[in-house]
Formats: sequence, structure tokens, C-alpha cells
Amino acid sequence: FGGGRPSEEAVEELEENLLAADLPARLAMELVETAEASGGDGLREGIERRLIEELGPAAPVSWAEAPRPMTVLLVGANGSGKTTTAAKLARRAAGNGRKPLLCAADTFRAAGTEQLALWAERVGCDVVRGQRGSDAAAVAYDAQQAALARGADTLLVDTAGRMHTREPLMRELGKISRALEKGREHAPEETWIVLDASIGQNAVAQAKFFHQAVPLTGAILTKLDGSAKGGAVFAVRRELGIPLLYAGLGEGEEDLAPFDPESFVRSIFEEDDEGV
Amino acid sequence: MLESLSSSLQNVFRSLRGYGKLNEKNVKDALREVRMALLEADVHFRVAKDFTKQVRDRCLGQDVLESVTPGQQIVKRVHEEMTELFGGAHTDFNLEDRPAGVMLLGLHGSGKTTTAGKLAHYWMSSGKSVVLAACDIRRPAAVEQLSTLAKQEGAACVAPREGDTVPDVAARARREASEQQADIVIYDTGGRFQIDEDLVHELEEIREAVQPADTVLVLDAAIGQESVEVARRFHEAVGLTGLILTKLDGDARGGAALSVHSMTGCPILMTGTGERPEDLEPFYPERMASRILGM
Ligand SMILES: Nc1nc2c(ncn2[C@@H]2O[C@H](COP(=O)(O)OP(=O)(O)OP(=O)(O)O)[C@@H](O)[C@H]2O)c(=O)[nH]1
Ligand SMILES: Nc1nc2c(ncn2[C@@H]2O[C@H](COP(=O)(O)OP(=O)(O)OP(=O)(O)O)[C@@H](O)[C@H]2O)c(=O)[nH]1
Ligand SMILES: [K+]
Ligand SMILES: [Mg+2]
Ligand SMILES: [Mg+2]
Repeated sequence: FGGGRPSEEAVEELEENLLAADLPARLAMELVETAEASGGDGLREGIERRLIEELGPAAPVSWAEAPRPMTVLLVGANGSGKTTTAAKLARRAAGNGRKPLLCAADTFRAAGTEQLALWAERVGCDVVRGQRGSDAAAVAYDAQQAALARGADTLLVDTAGRMHTREPLMRELGKISRALEKGREHAPEETWIVLDASIGQNAVAQAKFFHQAVPLTGAILTKLDGSAKGGAVFAVRRELGIPLLYAGLGEGEEDLAPFDPESFVRSIFEEDDEGV
Repeated sequence: MLESLSSSLQNVFRSLRGYGKLNEKNVKDALREVRMALLEADVHFRVAKDFTKQVRDRCLGQDVLESVTPGQQIVKRVHEEMTELFGGAHTDFNLEDRPAGVMLLGLHGSGKTTTAGKLAHYWMSSGKSVVLAACDIRRPAAVEQLSTLAKQEGAACVAPREGDTVPDVAARARREASEQQADIVIYDTGGRFQIDEDLVHELEEIREAVQPADTVLVLDAAIGQESVEVARRFHEAVGLTGLILTKLDGDARGGAALSVHSMTGCPILMTGTGERPEDLEPFYPERMASRILGM
């Protein structure tokens, strides 16, 4: 001992902390090893600093400065929180002086469009929806037209959840994106992947495949109000470099906060039963 | 993408071969890789640690050390160990009561409602009559989602009435199922966190109201390290009788299956392999082990 060398237990505890937060195992071990080698106190502080760097600077969405009109396409795996997040975003856009329009392009899942329509009512926003079983790309195109006709400057497109391994479904996303562009040049301006904070190491595979299908411009991490820490997003950051925009913090329309790298990293080391 | 355990172990041993005979140190390096591969498959870190220790003892056996293909030998051992750990025999639902109750619960978006529809399809295909109980009164259109699935399958669906609490709906569904002499009632509950005391209490109330023979945790196969805590807390509160692992049609390794099983002893009853009603399969320990190991 001596020389401020951290105890074996302290090191092991830190490593377990990182692993329990779903950090990629190799990154966790690399972080602990470098921190240990640089020695002394501040082992945890050193790791926190590195992690915050990994996430990059906070990248808040500036609704005031974002282009008008703007279309945001929401994509992601089944059940990750896309529909709920679409409603939360509509509310946020409206709160920032924009005129949102929701597009319910999940024509696949039972009551997928009804769910968004109910949300639209709740947040006081118009919605364009398709029939169950109808072509999602056609619905997206109609919504883009409707946005132009009604002077809505923010179109939020909710899509059906899908497994990134299902090629036809991934191709359909490309089709939706092209339909939006056909409706208005340069649309969609943004394509955001919605990731569930409880996800493990599959997050990066998901993000990569979605990125190949429709180039992603950002990510939203939902369900951070639970006990999961969401550490798998470090792999997504490393591999894709896309910014983390928002954190989902509940099931209500206001439960969405700009993603804060520092508090996110801090929570990794906190015993939190109450969530973030 | 993720490197599989079998290929990474082959690599370790191939490079070790250059140094001549295998020894304890070499095996230790290989086991580090085993642990890494398990973690990459979302196996809980404590489970991965214990599991690696057990495998270590087996691997230091002479037959492995002297084998010309030690990498393969170790993978084979690990695979056997894991299959055994999953319990071998298939566990089924407790369908003796009439109506038999099956309560589905779990985190938000894990696949409960879809699985309720799939189970109705599964049992109705073998001639049983099923009642679906819509016990999620929070999520917008949750009732509509379940009733759409029920209609599709030709199952009865009991929806909440004005002023109903969740246990009220459950109790009414049970009563109606009794009157109709239905075989099975499936209670679809809303998503919740295991740390949300009020909502976990609601599950206890449903359970008291209808005494289901099965309380089943529906878990997304892509879940990470929280799987164990999620299962443990729900198990403490309502006594899980089993687990259904959904979304196995993706390429998540599903290490949660191993973790939850070894930490709570809950058997895995079925697996979800797609979004259609027929995408539900019995659980096979041997296949699950291969999947976690990337074989
Ligand atoms: N606690 C909590 N629940 C959330 C959050 N975001 C979404 N949910 C819940 O997660 C569940 C799934 O959300 P949806 O918005 O339907 O997810 P989705 O991605 O649209 O699902 P699919 O369209 O079926 O792929 C619902 O029960 C939501 O209420 C969040 O940030 N916190
Ligand atoms: N690919 C695939 N998708 C699935 C599977 N099981 C469910 N899903 C999808 O997962 C999403 C969420 O399913 P739901 O049944 O709404 O989940 P839930 O647990 O009832 O959600 P909440 O009630 O909001 O907590 C939907 O898009 C389903 O189609 C599966 O085995 N494979
Ligand atoms: K959290
Ligand atoms: Mg949706
Ligand atoms: Mg549901």
C-alpha cells in the first residue's frame, strides 16, 4: 500500500459500478485500468471526467433556431418509447412557440395510431393518421403535405417499432424517409433514435443498423426515471458519434428533459432507487 | 459486432499454443475472455463472475488441458454448464384451476399486451377458451390495443368501466370467466418499474383480488444488467411463477435469461420471436445457452 494506491476492493467496486450501469465491459475495464495506473485519490473523479468527455458536450435542441419548417422522424426498437416521446416533443415544440403536427405512421401495431391520436388530443396538437395496415410511407407523405397546407412548422413522425435485424422493415424506414422528402425537399431535417435506458449491449447493434437505414442525427434515452443507468449509450456515442438530445423521465407529457451529461454520469455511481 | 464467446476463446487458445503447454495462467486469460463474452451478452456481472469460477475448476481438468482443441473443449464445458443451469426440463403454466389465471407484468414496453394476445392465440389453437382482462388503465389506448388483439383471436375481452380501479377490472374478468366457464383468464397489466412502490402495490392488489395461478414477468431480451433487480423485486412482491422472454427475433444475446434464472430460480416458460400472434415458442435451454455464447 501507500503512495495513495487505491485498494483492490475500491477498484473492484468501481468496476462493478460501471458494469452494473451497462457500460460496455471493455470500456469499463479500460477506464478502471487507466485510472488505476494514474494512481492515487480521485479514482472515481477521473473516471467521471473521462465518461463526460465520452458523451461530448450537451447538445440541447434549439427549437427557436431550428429551421421552419422542420420534420423529425422518430425510429427505434419495439416498445422503446417512440410514441410517448413524439407527444412529449410536440408539447415542447408548442411551448417554444412552434406549431407542431403529429404523424401516426405506426400502421402496424394494434391501436398504434389510436395511441398517438389520444396523445395528440391531450397535448392539443393536430394529428395525421393512417388506417391500420395502410402504407406507412403514404401516411408520412400525406402528413408532410398537411403540414405545408396547415402551416405547421414542426412535423413529428412516429413510426412502428422494429427489430433492426428485420431487413424488410428497415427498408420500409428508408421508404418513409424518402416519402417525407418527396413531400418537401430536405425533409426530414432530423432523424432521432429512441432508446430505452434499460437496454444492454444490444444498443449499439440497434443504433448501427438504424443508422444505416436512415442516417441518425440524434438519440433520445427514455425511462431514465427507473433504476437503469443507461450506460450502453457510451457504445452508441463511440460508434456513431451522434448527440444525446433528451432524457425521458416519466409517462407524462412533460417528463422530458434536455440530456445532461454530467448528471447522467453522476447517477452511474449513485445507489438510486428513485431513478435520476 | 459482438464477438462470440466461442470464436474469442478459439483465438485465445490459438495464440497460447505458441507458448507450448497450457497452464493455470493461460487458463486464467481464457477465463477473462469468458467473463468478457458473458458480459457482452448482458449476463449480470455477479452471475458472470460465479459462473466463470465454476467453469475454471472444470477447465483445469487434465482432459481439457491436454486436449488438442482446448478452446473448443472449454466452450463445450461452458455450454453444458449453462444448459444444465437452465434446468433442463420444460416448465409449463399451472392450468388446473378453471378458470386458470395468468397475470402478466413487467417494465414499460416489454411486450405484455402483445404477449397476452399471443397466449390467447396459443391456447385457443388447442381448443381452450380464453378471456383477456384489460388491467392497464393508464397507457393511452392500452385497452383498445388489447381489445383489438382479442377480437382478432376471437377471445372475450373485459374492459374497464367508468370509475373502475384495476383490481375491479380483474375481479370482474374473473367473475365473467367463471360464469362463461372459460378455461383461462389472462390479466394484462400496465408497464411499471420494480421500484415504483405504488404501482407494485397495485399488482399485489390484483393478485389478492383474483389469485392467479401464474404470475409471469414479461422481459425484453435486450435488457441489460437491471434484469436481476427487476425480477428480484417483482418476485418479492408478487411471487413470480415464471418468465417470458420477448423480442428474441432480434440479435440480443439474452444473457438476462441466465441471470434471472440463476438469481431467482424462476423458470422461463416461453419466448417471443416476433410481433405476430403466432410468434410465441416454448423455451429450449440448450438453444438459449448457444445463443448467449454466440454459438
Ligand atoms: N417511466 C417511463 N415510461 C416511459 C417513458 N417513455 C415511454 N414510457 C412508457 O413505455 C411504454 C412504451 O412506450 P411507447 O411510446 O408506446 O413506445 P413505442 O416505442 O412507441 O412502442 P412501439 O410503437 O410498440 O414500438 C409505455 O408504457 C410508455 O408509457 C419514460 O421516459 N419513462
Ligand atoms: N419483434 C418483436 N416485437 C415484439 C415482441 N413482443 C412484443 N413486441 C413489440 O413490442 C412493442 C411493445 O409491446 P406491447 O405489447 O405494447 O408492450 P407492453 O409491455 O404491453 O407495453 P406497456 O403496456 O406500455 O408497458 C410492440 O411494438 C410489440 O409489437 C416480440 O417477441 N418480437
Ligand atoms: K436511472
Ligand atoms: Mg409506438
Ligand atoms: Mg401493454
